[in-house]
Amino acid sequence: MKVALTVTEPSLDAKIDPRFGRSAFLLLIDTDNDQWEAFTNESINSPSGAGVKTAQFVVDHKVKAVISGDFGPNALRALQSACILLYLYGKCVTGREAIEKFKAGQLQQVNLLDESD
Amino acid sequence: MIIAVASGKGGTGKTTIATSLALSLALNGSLPILFLDCDVEAPNAHIFLKPELAKKNSVDILIPSVLESKCTLCARCSEVCQFNAIAVLGKKVVVFPQLCHGCGSCMLVCPEHAIEELANNIGVIECGLTAEGILFVRGMLNEGEPMPVPIIRRLKKLISPQKNQIIIIDTSPGASCPVVATVQDADFLILVTEPTPFGLHDLRAAVEISRAMQIPAGVVINRENGDSLELEGYCHHENLPVLMRVPYARKIAEGIARGQPLINIISDYQNQFISLFNQIVAALQLKNE
Repeated sequence: MKVALTVTEPSLDAKIDPRFGRSAFLLLIDTDNDQWEAFTNESINSPSGAGVKTAQFVVDHKVKAVISGDFGPNALRALQSACILLYLYGKCVTGREAIEKFKAGQLQQVNLLDESD
Repeated sequence: MIIAVASGKGGTGKTTIATSLALSLALNGSLPILFLDCDVEAPNAHIFLKPELAKKNSVDILIPSVLESKCTLCARCSEVCQFNAIAVLGKKVVVFPQLCHGCGSCMLVCPEHAIEELANNIGVIECGLTAEGILFVRGMLNEGEPMPVPIIRRLKKLISPQKNQIIIIDTSPGASCPVVATVQDADFLILVTEPTPFGLHDLRAAVEISRAMQIPAGVVINRENGDSLELEGYCHHENLPVLMRVPYARKIAEGIARGQPLINIISDYQNQFISLFNQIVAALQLKNE
């Protein structure tokens, strides 16, 4: 399964970036073989709709789940309409920690019904 | 003649100055006065001018609506959009109305003619006359809507080039898009400030706007408390005339809090506002010579 994480440096051991649309880097990791690739977030300086643009990137890369600190209303709608699963970092400090917890099923999933009101 | 009242910093007294200037001119002469409240996120000039609001028009912007049966998911629409307001996500095209500026580019580039435009209401424009005969117009953005500029542009369209008409515009605070859209085409900018570090900091930003847009400007120092040395020095250095000074006084604060215009709190101010207006007229004459 392909998972995207928002991180502050292009590495799995980097600190997490709590922002989705304006995170510094996006890490795409395949949980089947733990291979990862880091991408600069092109929408970080976008004057408007950074969340939508980042969501577009994630969808175009066939990601099935995203882990971040939080999701803005536009990003949420964009990711939701592409049926992507969303998870929150909670107290995770590094990307590696978050992906381990994700695999162990210990990350909180965003409850879409709670966020829509 | 179009006079816009701006400040940079919020709460310096733009509306206090704009409304009393309009009232002083209306009470003084026979020139027709149009007052535009362009602070559409928090319009409050009506509190002081007390117009009889008679007409109300809805302000809509056109946002795209995608006909799924015609769409081939080519994504030209999302590529052309500068605001990321339309995205092709998997097999769906999603529109984000609050990001859309209504420019119509997506509709123009769609090779399948799969995009229609639908009206999306973002606010209202209301107008009416005050007891003194001022034609008052205000715009109001719906709560939660993020884009004030389309309403400001619509308000500005109400300005007709009527000879001798004096147009006074109340601007929103700040120094970003809504302020630029509001002061565009103004003949003169009154910059209201206060002798605080924030007042001076934001005045600098407002002055930069006036310089970049080549609009002559003058300063009104509000809540003057004897501590204006740095502010006066800046104005002198920048060749900005100080058009008027309003003291920091409890009596004024109490009157404003009750919704009284400055000229009703201290009647002498009517003459001061006429003198302020004459200084503007003289400055513009000098510029045109």
